[in-house]
Amino acid sequence: MKSKDFSFWLFLSPAMIGLGLVVLIPLLYGFYYSFTDWDGVNQTEFIGMRNYINILSDQDFLYSLWFTFKFSIVSVIVINVMGLGLAMLVTSYIKSKNILRTIFFMPNLIGGLILGFIWQFVFTKVFDAVGRMTGIGWLQGWLSDTQTGFWGMVILMSWQMAGYIMIIYIAYLENVPKDLLEAAEIDGANAIQRFRNITFPLVAPAFTVSLFLTLSNAFKIYDQNLSLTNGGPFNSTTMVSMDIVDTAFKMNQMASAQAKAVIFFMIVAIISLTQVYINKKREVEM
Amino acid sequence: MQKTRKRYIFEIIGILLALLWISPFYLMIVNAIKTKREIFTNTVKPPEEFTFENFIQAFEELSFVQTFFNSVLVTILSVAVILFLSALAAYALSRNGSKISGFIFFIFVAAMLIPFQSVMIPLVSLFGKADMLNFYGLIFMYLGFGCSLSIFLYHGALKGISKSLDEAATIDGCNKFQVFWYIIFPLLKPISVTVGILNVIWIWNDFLLPSLVIGGDGTETIPLKLFNFFGQYTKQWHLALAGLTISIIPVIIAYFVAQKHIIKGVSEGAVK
Repeated sequence: MKSKDFSFWLFLSPAMIGLGLVVLIPLLYGFYYSFTDWDGVNQTEFIGMRNYINILSDQDFLYSLWFTFKFSIVSVIVINVMGLGLAMLVTSYIKSKNILRTIFFMPNLIGGLILGFIWQFVFTKVFDAVGRMTGIGWLQGWLSDTQTGFWGMVILMSWQMAGYIMIIYIAYLENVPKDLLEAAEIDGANAIQRFRNITFPLVAPAFTVSLFLTLSNAFKIYDQNLSLTNGGPFNSTTMVSMDIVDTAFKMNQMASAQAKAVIFFMIVAIISLTQVYINKKREVEM
Repeated sequence: MQKTRKRYIFEIIGILLALLWISPFYLMIVNAIKTKREIFTNTVKPPEEFTFENFIQAFEELSFVQTFFNSVLVTILSVAVILFLSALAAYALSRNGSKISGFIFFIFVAAMLIPFQSVMIPLVSLFGKADMLNFYGLIFMYLGFGCSLSIFLYHGALKGISKSLDEAATIDGCNKFQVFWYIIFPLLKPISVTVGILNVIWIWNDFLLPSLVIGGDGTETIPLKLFNFFGQYTKQWHLALAGLTISIIPVIIAYFVAQKHIIKGVSEGAVK
């Protein structure tokens, strides 16, 4: 099929128009709007960097950015440790491994909004009831302060995503040759040595995939935030996505919200490009 | 001897973890069949008196038949459009070795890095002006957001389909679309399953985009309707939990029917 061919462009154009109108043109408009005083309705005026300068003194946004970073880092660690642990468990010799895989992966299929509502019940009602029955103080009052809100989000996110990350690790773990592990065992290598010298190097690429996948997912989180804490108490658990949505559609400060969205875009792009760079580097080394 | 004991320990750890894992679902279901009062007096144990009243009321208030149908319609139409047009575009790109083809492919792949939140405000504004904040606009938006990853996955699979097949079919008198439709698209079936599953999971559960685009006119999907329902019954957990349970049931059924395909699809989509 030549570029001159009519059919080449005919086959390609619907998807190109879709991407163009839905993603690329709004992206360019977004850059433009972020330098104006646009309010969504009226004619706009160019105001240079003023939106960005205002954001630098917007305590709520800076706080949500910091909170989101903390949440992302902690989630990435917890999810990957759990995901790898579960993957090793279900690729071992045990009999129940198929049903366990099914169960661990299940939360991932259900929307974050629904999962957040379920956990809101678990944290506020069940934790409270168990706390009262057993007299354990720290089980009471969950989601009513920033700290339990934070850990509530981490637990929810880990429960949802660990099964997904488990699937990725399984794909790599199943590529580790069994005879190699057996040979090492016969030669007297213990479980830790076998993991460090055989399994780990072969599974290393899975770490890059999983770490960045969880990092960007955690950073972009919205549904779970909305349904579990709705940013409360007093906006202390509002993450960046929610801050952007609220600025735009609750406060109608479109231009300012769009400037935040541009910053958000750059952070996500940096995360993704770092991953691309690391992958390229490894491919060269191999 | 030691090996079997170790295996039993792992087996027990696994089962305990699995029970912990599904405990939120257990808590949701047992409390959804309790009376409003019993949830407060007995939150953890199964109910002393069953009631299905909650389900009936939640089912009605969610207009669940209609809402479920809306979700099915949005998901099936969007995914069908994405599958067909992405495969078609990927086919054109993969059978053309020119620089411009490579550049267009690069744009599609690079667009995967753009998060939804960074385009949603202008998107809603532009589509609002065109009077396209409706059901059809939503499906078109899903094409725009979904085609990048789909084209990327199709493009990878197309490399493995020999061009001599195209040539043979052309000699036999097929035009270019017939080659695609009768020869190539059927051969892409395994990757179509993967692409389809990834898009179904995403669109079925999506909340933010439809909340900005549709609603208020009886076209709400399950997440939208559930969000409004939940807002109405914040402190009435017996109804809220029944609503959540009803919403999850279709997903669980689909999962048990197509489990193998789903896990395989998700794993392929993530690793590539």
